[in-house]
Amino acid sequence: MRSARFWLLFVLSLALLLALAAACKGEEKEGVTPTPGGLTGKLEIFSWWTTGGEAAGLQALYDLYPDKCPGDVEIVNATVAGGAGFNAREVLTTRMLGGDPPGSFQVHMGHELTDTWVTSNNMEPLDTLFTEEGWNDIFPQGVLDIVSYQGKPYSVPVNIHRANVLWYNTKVFEDNSLEPPTTFDEFFAVADALKAAGITPLALGDVEVWTSVHLMETVLLGSLGPDDYNGLWTGETEWSGPQVTAALETFKKVLSYVNSDHSSLSWDQANDLVISGDAAMTVMGDWANADYEAKNFADYGWAPTPGTDGMYDALSDTFGLPKGAPNPDAVTCWLRLVGSKEGQEAFNPLKGSVCARTDCDASLFNPYLQSAISDWKADTIVPSLAHGAAASQGWVTEIVDAATAFVTDKDVGAFQGRLADACVAAEVCS
Amino acid sequence: MDSEAAPTRETARGLPRVPFPRFRRRLTPERIASLALIVPSTVAVAVFVYGFIGWSALVSVSEWNSITPDYTFAGLRNFKELFQHFRFQADIRNTVVFTLLFVAACLMIGLFLAALLDRGIAGEGVFRSIYLFPMAVSFIVTGVVWRWLLAPRSGVNLLFERSGLGPLKQDWYTDPTVVHITSGSRLGEALHDIGIGWLASPDFGIPLAMTSVVIAATWQMSGFVMILYLAGLRAIPEELTEAARVDGASEFQVLRHIALPLLRPVTLSAMIILGHVSLKIYDLVVAMTQRGPGFATDVPALFMFETTFAGSHFARGAAISIVMLFSVSFLIIPYLIWSLRREARV
Amino acid sequence: MTFSPARIAIYALLVLFAALYLMPIYVLLVTGLKSFREVGLDRMWDFPSGFHFDSFRDAYDALSRNMGNSFRMVIPATIASCFVGSINGYILTKWRFPGSDILFFFLLFGMFIPYQSILIPLVQTLQDLHLYGSLWGLVLTHVIYGIPITTLIFRNYYAGVPTELVEAAKIDGASIFGIYTRILFPLSLPGFVVVAIWQFTSIWNDFLFAATVTSNPNTQPVTVALNNLAGSYIVEWNVQMAGALIAALPTLLVYIFLGRFFMRGLMAGALRG
Repeated sequence: MRSARFWLLFVLSLALLLALAAACKGEEKEGVTPTPGGLTGKLEIFSWWTTGGEAAGLQALYDLYPDKCPGDVEIVNATVAGGAGFNAREVLTTRMLGGDPPGSFQVHMGHELTDTWVTSNNMEPLDTLFTEEGWNDIFPQGVLDIVSYQGKPYSVPVNIHRANVLWYNTKVFEDNSLEPPTTFDEFFAVADALKAAGITPLALGDVEVWTSVHLMETVLLGSLGPDDYNGLWTGETEWSGPQVTAALETFKKVLSYVNSDHSSLSWDQANDLVISGDAAMTVMGDWANADYEAKNFADYGWAPTPGTDGMYDALSDTFGLPKGAPNPDAVTCWLRLVGSKEGQEAFNPLKGSVCARTDCDASLFNPYLQSAISDWKADTIVPSLAHGAAASQGWVTEIVDAATAFVTDKDVGAFQGRLADACVAAEVCS
Repeated sequence: MDSEAAPTRETARGLPRVPFPRFRRRLTPERIASLALIVPSTVAVAVFVYGFIGWSALVSVSEWNSITPDYTFAGLRNFKELFQHFRFQADIRNTVVFTLLFVAACLMIGLFLAALLDRGIAGEGVFRSIYLFPMAVSFIVTGVVWRWLLAPRSGVNLLFERSGLGPLKQDWYTDPTVVHITSGSRLGEALHDIGIGWLASPDFGIPLAMTSVVIAATWQMSGFVMILYLAGLRAIPEELTEAARVDGASEFQVLRHIALPLLRPVTLSAMIILGHVSLKIYDLVVAMTQRGPGFATDVPALFMFETTFAGSHFARGAAISIVMLFSVSFLIIPYLIWSLRREARV
Repeated sequence: MTFSPARIAIYALLVLFAALYLMPIYVLLVTGLKSFREVGLDRMWDFPSGFHFDSFRDAYDALSRNMGNSFRMVIPATIASCFVGSINGYILTKWRFPGSDILFFFLLFGMFIPYQSILIPLVQTLQDLHLYGSLWGLVLTHVIYGIPITTLIFRNYYAGVPTELVEAAKIDGASIFGIYTRILFPLSLPGFVVVAIWQFTSIWNDFLFAATVTSNPNTQPVTVALNNLAGSYIVEWNVQMAGALIAALPTLLVYIFLGRFFMRGLMAGALRG
C-alpha cells in the first residue's frame, strides 16, 4: 500500500512530463511527405460557411480540387460560424496579427478586403494570375474595379449576390389585388393597403443589426440613384445635404411599416413571416431565395427594391492570397479553381448566388437566379454597404451603430449628423 | 503580521479561530521551496494577465485604429471620445442596471429556494439538481433558448395567450423603452432646479429590454447562489435557531435575525462572483439579444469585441477594456481589502 | 411528516419553481425532436409530430469528434487546475510570508479581466511557445486563467484547516511536501470537488478561447463545433438544439451526480469568503 506521498509525487511528475511533452510537441510540420510530383501539404481555407447550401457549395469546390490541382493536398476546412462573419472576423484578425495566416480566407469584395488587408500590406497582388487565367475579360469591369487597388486585383470573386431584392408573398398580393411596387410612392400605397388588411407590410429581422443597414442601403440607392449613391463612398455626395435628408426621411417612413418585434427575429425568421402570410414583403439579398427553397415555399415573387430597377447592388465573396500564407502554391491553385468556370458552376447553384464570371451556363440555375444572371449582365453595378463592398469595416461599424440608434429614436437630424461624422472619421470626407 | 500565538477566540459561528503561523525569519530550505512553489503561478499571471493588461493599456493610449499597429501616443483622447460616444453611454447604463437587477434577483431567489429546501424536504436532492443544473449549460445555449422563450411572437407570450393570461404579454427584449425621469416632469424640473437636470435623460434610466437578459442570467446562476446559501444555512448551529424558536420567533424572524447576519460572508462571496459575471457578460448577450433596439441590451464587452474585430478600432477597444477593468477594481478592491483586514484582525 | 398548509405551500412553490427552471430544457428537447419543417417560433410549445431522432443523429455525427477533443482538453486542464490551486492555497495559508496577502490579491485580480481584450497578445505568446493551434495550448490557457478562482477557493478552504496541525508537523520536522501529502491533501477532497466541478464546467463551456486558440476543425472543442452547427445564414434550429443538449450532457451529468459533493465542499468552507 503505497503512501499518499508516493502517489502525489507520481502525479506531479506525470504532470511535469506531460507539460514538457506539450512544450516540445507544438511544431506541427506542414505534412512534408514526398509525393511523386504535384502539390503537397495542407491547404487551410477559412470561411464562415458552415451549413446548408453554402457548406455544400464549398464542399463541391473541395471535391473539384484534386482534379484541378493534382497532388496530395489535405484541405483543412477552417470555419467559424456566426452571422455575417461575426466570430470569423475576430478569429481571422487575431490570427493575422498573431502571424498565423490561413491559406486563404473568405472576404467580401471591396473595401472590406482592401482597407483592412491590402492597404496594410497583408495580401499578395494577383495581377499575374488574372492575366494568366484571362479573367480580365471574363469578369465584368465593375467587379474588376471593386476587387482592385491601385490597378491590381487582390482577390478572386467566386460569386455575386444581389442585395436590392424585394421578396413578396404572391398569394397575399393577389388576395389584396396589389402589384409589386416600383417606386417609393407605390410602396407606401401598397403598404397602407396591407396595413388596412391587418397584414404586416414589411418583415424585418434585425437581431443581427446588419439587416437594418441592408434595408437602409436599398432605400439610399432607390432615393439617390447609382451615381449619387456611389458618391457617398467617395466623398462626392454631401452626407449632410438635402438629398440624403430626403432619403433618410423615406427610410424612416419605410420603418413605420415594419413588424414591431423586429429586434427579436433573425432575417430568416422574418422570411418565415412572409412564408406564413403574416407579412407581405421583405427586403433581403438573394440568399432569401435559398431559404424559400429549403422550406419548400413556392408562392413568392421578386422585384428590385423601390427605385432601384436597373441597378444591381452587388456583394461578393472572394478569396485572396495572404502574405506569408502556408503552402502558397496550393493556395494559388485554389484561386484558379475558385475563378474557373467549372468551379463557379459547381459552387453557385448550391450557394444560391450567380457566377461572378459572365460565361456560366444559365441552365444550371433556378428561375430566380436566371433572372438575376440576365440582370447582372445589363444593370448598373453598385457596391453594397452592409456587406463590405462600399466602405471600410471601420466606417461600416460607425454607420451600423448610428443606424441602431436611428431605428429606435427615428431622429433624422442626429442620424444624419452621425453619418457625416462617420465619413470624416473614415478619412473620405473632409 | 508577526503575532505570537494569540489566544483563540470564538467567532459568531462558534468555531475556534486560529491565528496564522508565525513567520520564521530564517530562510530554511522549506521556506525557499515554498516560495519556489508559488513562483510558476506568479510568473504565469504576471505575463498572461498583467503583461497583457499592460499591452492593452498601451494600445488604449495609442492611435491604433486600423489593422496595422500604430503605437503613436494619443494621450487620453480615446477615453474622452469613448465617454462621449452614444453607444458607450448606453453600455455604462446597461451594465449598472443589469448588475443591480441580476445580483439582487439571484440573491433573493437563491436565498428563497435555499430557505425552502432547508426544511427536510422529501426529494431535496431532485429539487436541488433541478435548480442547479442550469449552471451546467453554457451561456450561449442559455441565450439561444431564452431568445426563443421571450420572443414576443411566441414563447411565454404564447403560453400567456393560450392560458387566458393575455394581458401579461410583454415586448420583452424588443421593447426599446428606457424608463427614465423625463425633463418635463415635476421630478425632472425639481432636479433641474437643484442643478442636476442632466439626470433626467435616458442615459440614467432603466432599459426594459434588459430585464429579459436578467431573467435568462438569473435562471442560469441562481441555483449556484442557492447552493451557497444552503451550505451556509446548514452550517448554522441548530442550538441558535432552536433557541430562537423556543423563544417564540416565527420562521421568518429566525431567518431574518439569526440566519441572515450569519450568512453575510456567503452573500458577499456570491456578490463577488455574480458581480464579476455581470461586469464581463458577453456570451449571453451575443446569443440572446445582441445589442438590442437602440442599444437597450448592449454591453461593454460586446462593444469592445465589435469595435476591435469588426471595426478595427483597436485603440478604442483597448480603452473599453481598461474602463471595464477600472470599474471592476472600483468594486472589488474595497471588498478584498476589507476581507483581508477582517482575517488579520481575528 | 405533517401535511400542514405551510408544508403544502412549500412543496407547491418548489414544484412551481422546478417547472420554471425546466421550461427551457423542455423547449430544447422538443425542438430537437422535430423535423426541420416543423420547427418554428409559432409552434414552439407544440409536441413534435413524431420523434425525429435525425437531428440528434446529425448533431451527434457533427459533434462526436469535437466532444472527444473537449474531453481531452478539459480533463487535463481540470486536474492541473485543481493541483495548481491547491498548492497555491496551501502556500498562501500555511507558508505565509510578508506580502503573501498582496500576492494573493495580485493573483485574484486576474479573474476580472475581459478576455476579449487579451486575445491578440495571447495568440502571439502561444505562438512563441509553439503551443498555438493545439489543445495543449488551450489547456495551458485555461489553467493559467483558472489560477485566480482556484486559488481563491482553496485559500478559503485551507484557511479553515487548523494551523496547529501544520505547526505540530513542522516541529516534528516534516518537509513542505510531507505536510501537504500527509495532512492537507487527505483533507482536501471537498475543495477538489468544488474546484473540479467549477473548472470542468467553465472550461467545457468556454467558446472565446476555444475559437481563438484552435483553428483546425479537427482539433476544436465542442463549443465551436456547436456554434458552427448553427450556421451563418440559415439556421437548422432542430439540429442546433439537439446539439446543444448533447454538448451539455457531460456537464449536466457532472452536476446531477456530483451535485451533493459540490454542496458538501461548499459547506466545508470552500467559498465562505
